[in-house]
Amino acid sequence: MNTLRVHVEGVGLWSPQLANFAALRALLAGTTPPVPPPRPAAASLPPNERRRAPESVLLAVEVAGQAVAMSGRDAAALACVFASAHGDQAITDYMCATLAQAPTELSPIRFHNSVHNAAVGYWTIATGCHAPSTAICAQRASFGAALLEAASQVLAEQRPLLLVCSDTAGSGPLGEVTGCAQAFGCALVLAPQAGPATLARLDLQLGTAPTDVPLPEPLHGWRAGNPSAASLPLLALLASAGGHCELAAAATLGLRIDMENVA
Amino acid sequence: MPTLMTPLAVTAYTATSAMGSGLAAQLDALEHARSGLRPNDISSAPLACWIGRVDGVEDVALPATLRAWDCRNNRLAWLGLNQDGFLERVHAARTRYGADRVALLLGTSTASIGATEEAYRRLDADGGFADDMLRPAIHAPHSLAAFAAAALELEGPCLTVSTACSSSAKVFASAERMIRLGLVDAAVVGGVDTLCDSVLFGFNALELVSPEPCRPFDAARNGISIGEAAGFALLERVDVAPDAPRLLGYGEASDAHHMSTPHPDGLGAELALNDALARAGLDAARVDYINLHGTASQKNDEVEAALVGRVFPARTRASSTKGFTGHTLGAAGIVEATIALQAIEHGLVPGNLGGGTPDPICGAHFAWRNERQRVDVALSNSFGFGGNNACLAFARAGSAA
Repeated sequence: MNTLRVHVEGVGLWSPQLANFAALRALLAGTTPPVPPPRPAAASLPPNERRRAPESVLLAVEVAGQAVAMSGRDAAALACVFASAHGDQAITDYMCATLAQAPTELSPIRFHNSVHNAAVGYWTIATGCHAPSTAICAQRASFGAALLEAASQVLAEQRPLLLVCSDTAGSGPLGEVTGCAQAFGCALVLAPQAGPATLARLDLQLGTAPTDVPLPEPLHGWRAGNPSAASLPLLALLASAGGHCELAAAATLGLRIDMENVA
Repeated sequence: MPTLMTPLAVTAYTATSAMGSGLAAQLDALEHARSGLRPNDISSAPLACWIGRVDGVEDVALPATLRAWDCRNNRLAWLGLNQDGFLERVHAARTRYGADRVALLLGTSTASIGATEEAYRRLDADGGFADDMLRPAIHAPHSLAAFAAAALELEGPCLTVSTACSSSAKVFASAERMIRLGLVDAAVVGGVDTLCDSVLFGFNALELVSPEPCRPFDAARNGISIGEAAGFALLERVDVAPDAPRLLGYGEASDAHHMSTPHPDGLGAELALNDALARAGLDAARVDYINLHGTASQKNDEVEAALVGRVFPARTRASSTKGFTGHTLGAAGIVEATIALQAIEHGLVPGNLGGGTPDPICGAHFAWRNERQRVDVALSNSFGFGGNNACLAFARAGSAA
């Protein structure tokens, strides 16, 4: 089996408890990081767009902006793979409720914000990015599948890329079914070659479905409460000196990741 | 610039839309210029428009082992998989390569949101989903691909691409990369979208839906007709099928302009087109036919007609086939890819149905009626909300650059 080797140049992270990747490092080091404001700042968006954008977009743009800033790359030059297991659940809840009551009153803006690629659309518009961009999902394997898609694009096209995986908390009757207890988003800037901004080197290999390794609390509970938090084993690894982890890349497919810290 | 792509063989393909189930029905509708559009008879409340509805989806019964996946979108997927011997071709590929060496990459815009809409129409007394709707997997956008993985018994990479109306074009790009890197030996690509209230009332709210059958590139066009469809293709390396038609190239690019309006100069569309031509190693003049995105929205058709006029010589023929199918959204990419493949296979340039009074912006490239001619190279354009553009290039075996 071929090994996919990619280089991490930036990491973004946001949840109601963690404002960024540094906060995760602090938490894992045993300190208590400051709690972020209730809404992600999403400073990459122009103020008008920031006011209008739904929470799912703010979350994705926030972590994307963090990762790109850390990499020092020009966002306009990065291909984009944005993943989310559920898309914007608040909009889906609103749309299904409205369609059940008064379908002709559906909001046009909420409808165009309901597309799964809304976040990457806002991001490419805000950053002037004409590179290929995609929006994907794979249920609870969304992060692993997105990492595989991202790595294959980085290597096949030999170009740097921004990977984002984020899900908001569920709402309404749908929220009871998706079981998303809280928001979680993360982002990586990946490059084909090592460079001055390289933080870590990842070697990815496909294999059988991963055995579920428990994470220390509170990470374990966060992972259970949001499909995008399936990325936590890798994020925790990136905060360490090195090692390996396994993620689901599909229902019956695993992704083994060997990480070496370069920074 | 991208590097020249090693072509892939399209060893099987199929489509099911308002034109009918399977390739023979599709070809017959194209040859006889027969639209599949009908007055809207599916939304939960009245909406005066025309739709491209697939006959018989309601009567499809999923195999007992797949019942948990039951919903309109997965029924249409199953109907589509059962046409043209496609299931058998996938089983053969699975046997040849192994279940974990075949990727499954499907595009959809709304997956089975129709089932979620239904759950909201009949919530139980305490405001939750009724027991029969408590199936979390169908209330997620990965519903289609997860269902197809179960139905096809595939265990390789499995991904849903959901970039609105370019979704099932972009899966060809993901598949090519995975095969090129040796992650898999073959890929099932395609897409399914079904008619549901979300898209009918959503596009209606954006004032993009025509009260009449859509008229792509017509001077008096006044909006889209929404359709539903399922389509699939099997991609393998050329050495296993030297006579099969080829995927020569693909292009992807972003407008970076507006969430629901194309770039006024077609910037992203042109970048995607140039990317596809460069990968395929083709000059624009080598293209015999382009299946256009051609939704019949004012803006899309204006921008796309200008793009055709500025890039291609008039010998390149162009048409939209949305007048046959309606706009099948996330399934449009694969349906129109199969039409481009049939153009190559049968020497048929399908006429641009519904364009009775051509918009003067359209050049001599447009095939307003069916034309019989050899087609060696065919492109398919797919553009989506969020400024997401894709272009696919197909060719007859042996005719490539």
